[in-house]
Amino acid sequence: MRHFTIVREADGLAQLVFDKAGSAVNTLSQEVLAELNEALDALEAQPPQGLVVRSGKDNGFVAGADVDEFGEVKDEAGALALVRRGWDAFERLAAVKYPTLALVRGFCLGGGLELAMACRYRVAIDETSTRLGLPEVMLGIVPGWGGIKRLPRLVGGPAALDLLLTGKTIDARRAKKMGLVDEAVPIRIMENTWRGVLRTLPSPRDLPLPLSLTLNGIARKVIASQAEKEVAKRARRDQYPAPYAILELFRKYDGNALAVPAADPASIPSLLATPTAANLVRVFKLQERLKGLGKEEAFKAGHVHVIGAGTMGGDIAAWCALRGLKVTLQDQSAERLAPAMKRAAKLFADRLRDPRRARDARDRLVPDVAGDGVARADVIIEAIFENVEAKRSVFAAVEQRARPEAVLASNTSSIPLEEIAQALTDPARLVGIHFFNPVARMMLVEVVVGRATREAVAAQAAAFVRQIDKLPLPVKSAPGFLVNRLLAPYLMAAMHAVDEGIAPETVDEAAVAFGMPMGPIELADTVGLDICVEVGKLLGGAAAPPKRLMELVSAGNVGKKSGRGYYEWVDGKPRKNPPGAVPQGLAQRLVGPYVTEAKAALADHIVADADLVDAGAIFGTGFAPFRGGPLHYAAASG
Amino acid sequence: MSEPVYIVDGSRTPFLKARNRPGPFAASDLATDAGRALLLRQRFAPDALDEVILGCAAPSADEVNIGRVAALRMGCGLKVPGWTVMRNCASGMQSIDSAINNIRAGRSELVLAGGVDALSRAPLLFSDAMVQWLSKWYAAKGAGQRAALLAQFRPHYFAPVIALMKGLTDPICGLLMGQTAENLAYRFGITRAQMDAFAARSHARVLAAQKAGHYAAEVVPVYDDKGTLYAADDGMREDSTPENLAKLKPFFDRKYGNVTAGNSSQVTDGGAWVVLASQAAVDRHGLTPIGRIVDSQWAGLDPAQMGLGPVYAATPILQRHGLGLNDLDAWEINEAFAAQVLACERAWADDAFCRDELGLPGALGTIDQDRLNVDGGAIALGHPVGASGTRIVLHVLNVLRRTGGRRGMAAICVGGGLGGAMLVERI
Repeated sequence: MRHFTIVREADGLAQLVFDKAGSAVNTLSQEVLAELNEALDALEAQPPQGLVVRSGKDNGFVAGADVDEFGEVKDEAGALALVRRGWDAFERLAAVKYPTLALVRGFCLGGGLELAMACRYRVAIDETSTRLGLPEVMLGIVPGWGGIKRLPRLVGGPAALDLLLTGKTIDARRAKKMGLVDEAVPIRIMENTWRGVLRTLPSPRDLPLPLSLTLNGIARKVIASQAEKEVAKRARRDQYPAPYAILELFRKYDGNALAVPAADPASIPSLLATPTAANLVRVFKLQERLKGLGKEEAFKAGHVHVIGAGTMGGDIAAWCALRGLKVTLQDQSAERLAPAMKRAAKLFADRLRDPRRARDARDRLVPDVAGDGVARADVIIEAIFENVEAKRSVFAAVEQRARPEAVLASNTSSIPLEEIAQALTDPARLVGIHFFNPVARMMLVEVVVGRATREAVAAQAAAFVRQIDKLPLPVKSAPGFLVNRLLAPYLMAAMHAVDEGIAPETVDEAAVAFGMPMGPIELADTVGLDICVEVGKLLGGAAAPPKRLMELVSAGNVGKKSGRGYYEWVDGKPRKNPPGAVPQGLAQRLVGPYVTEAKAALADHIVADADLVDAGAIFGTGFAPFRGGPLHYAAASG
Repeated sequence: MSEPVYIVDGSRTPFLKARNRPGPFAASDLATDAGRALLLRQRFAPDALDEVILGCAAPSADEVNIGRVAALRMGCGLKVPGWTVMRNCASGMQSIDSAINNIRAGRSELVLAGGVDALSRAPLLFSDAMVQWLSKWYAAKGAGQRAALLAQFRPHYFAPVIALMKGLTDPICGLLMGQTAENLAYRFGITRAQMDAFAARSHARVLAAQKAGHYAAEVVPVYDDKGTLYAADDGMREDSTPENLAKLKPFFDRKYGNVTAGNSSQVTDGGAWVVLASQAAVDRHGLTPIGRIVDSQWAGLDPAQMGLGPVYAATPILQRHGLGLNDLDAWEINEAFAAQVLACERAWADDAFCRDELGLPGALGTIDQDRLNVDGGAIALGHPVGASGTRIVLHVLNVLRRTGGRRGMAAICVGGGLGGAMLVERI
């Protein structure tokens, strides 16, 4: 066997160690599953007193199925075979006579969790890197290897549907609390724990009475229909069929996708009939590609200095502190830092449930009116207001005090890097690191490479973006870079439609129906109409700006931040009337300019290739993920 | 003295008056925030420190070795030892003295020393009667025993013991600190009006210093989790005039005493640090010290007269260096009580006291009032017990730098009958 090792212990216990050959992570390929069956044969021939299934990799347990094999699926038969080999293997594992235990350290996702759930016991190691979940829904597919069958039996119907339908992952403690794992223990007692469990064979935890009732046929129907209402708020059935299929599998088929008639919309053939799954796998791979950028670069920042404590600067600083960096945040007075410190405290409390870890993040974020952090920082990010003179004077001063190897970056969205870099004696040091609002939620960060920017500096900037767990997208320094350039014509088209008398709600509905996460008018209000005007001037060329936009801005109604824009904003939410009937062709009228601009950006080499245009569109603007990106969409729809 | 010990820099949080509820910061928050800003502007990295020493009179139960807690929270790294010293009101001077000792012994070259206390967060404790009852309750077996215990319970068991009041009561003589100040007032004939005038002057001087920006250089702004900015000391009041102070009731000897909350130091939260360095550390890191510590002294005296501690501690230093009271360009005598500072002055001016208590030929004289606590003191700023010793050492140097003076003395009285003093010299 290449991927598995069986270690027999003197006391009759055995270890099945999974260490996938030729791969950095354990994934469940066809070959691996075949070998798992071989291992089970060998164990059956000489049954152990108990078996622990564990990973031979340091980075995690099992990441799931082999996503690359999805691409090799040519037809329905191939898809069904893929489902069957995992389903059968895990059914067999679940039926073995000797006690089995999955020892979970690090990620345990998708097929990996289905493998763990096929064991009688699960022990998870209580570390931050341990994450358990069934993210299949995010790839447009269903957990077909027993996840939908076994998860409800362990945690009850409602909690199981929550994990299945959101694809979210949980940590070891939460898994223990829910009943997904039998023990969550620190690494120091890991070996004792699995041996202890396999020797004493505690009776598996029974579902508490109210939860056990959620598994009968009628209850399944009730909770599935409740969950379906929640799903319908987030995803349309025609665009995202997978969550609906998961509900149906839970409701009627006890998780066995092989039992679903081919004609049923929940069947594997039906799921594959739409391009959604393939496109979501594409999105996943685009994300992996962005994650790989900057991987070769050894640069690691310890200290980040952020200049400008406005919404962007303050939130960038807080995010970096959250991700473990020492951060100094500079602005002109102590008073100006206060709102940023407040938002940071909230971010830390929300994201780090342990108050001690929230305190550590707070301690890492140091208010620094004097700018003492400049002399210590590895990365210096300027995020002041958009004024070239002001930015130049910031960088002239920074260059005097900064360490010679520090990365100097501007968060500018509209000023050409080259103009700012004039202030530096070494203009090649300047790179753009362009975040999007809200910083904590937007995955994408544009790494803006100016004409003079040194290649090594751009690589360091990308590595830094990865270090803080964002997705770096290298873009050429040209007006709007990629994301704002794609958004501008789309937002302008939407605003012109409003000028023509179509209600903002109707315009937004057309875009949401297309698959955008938020309508363009609401997005414009959120970004700020003043900024839309600026970006429009920058990118709009000779075209006349939308009339209503100019009226609103000159009246000071700049959107969410002023409480009124196209919509009235109350408690951070727009007040919307029900949308009217969407006129024929409205969606195309909005998306058309978007797609045209995407093609133009590619032609201008703003990013290296078409896939990166699509990646920027999806992760930077939320372009309908199930469509796979604007260029992919344009190619697919001819 | 042998090896010089330099003060390189220092900072402190604003001193935040306790307002009858737990303040916004834990003691280690205050220490961390003052220290991380100070360390940020040094020419050495925080992990270059040899140790961190923090004075704290009342660390909370979850950060007993607060010196180590602060060192780690400030990012000094795992390898920099941190420890805590306690000498009541002089804990923040003891930390400096401990640093001096280790530097002179060659054990350390670069030390962060300071003091902190968050008195607003002093806990409420169960009374002894409550603790007795609870221990029986936990040991009780069966409903019968529990019922019997319930019958024994008395509501007054709930009455908490205020830890702060325990801390402010001398365990030997049983007097509240304010009562020891009453003793001094009686002994030296200090009147209520004189105390109130001194207190009013403290407020006026702090206000003037703040207006002139004299405190801004040493204060680091701090933020709580609600984003509230605390940029400056907040204990001093425009309306603390002799007339208004005269209206307050005596607090410690109720009804007929003289010491009031208004002519005593305030209960306050705050933290302060100084960076201390040997000659070798100054050379290695290219530091520019602001001063050096020339000498230090501790003294013991009758706990019931503890407010005279500065006299007993500072006088031997003056003698060793052949200095008169006004050979020093600046004095900081911590203002625990107006009566207590006034008593120190009276003692030095008193022939009999100086002869009998200090073994001098006669009175030392009087300190010029424009040399003593020129920017006010703890009556207006507050006295976060552990922090005050560090604050006055740092501030007397800042006064010397501003006035161009050369030598200064920081002296502090200590509950329990102690005094501490340090002689510093500007560079």
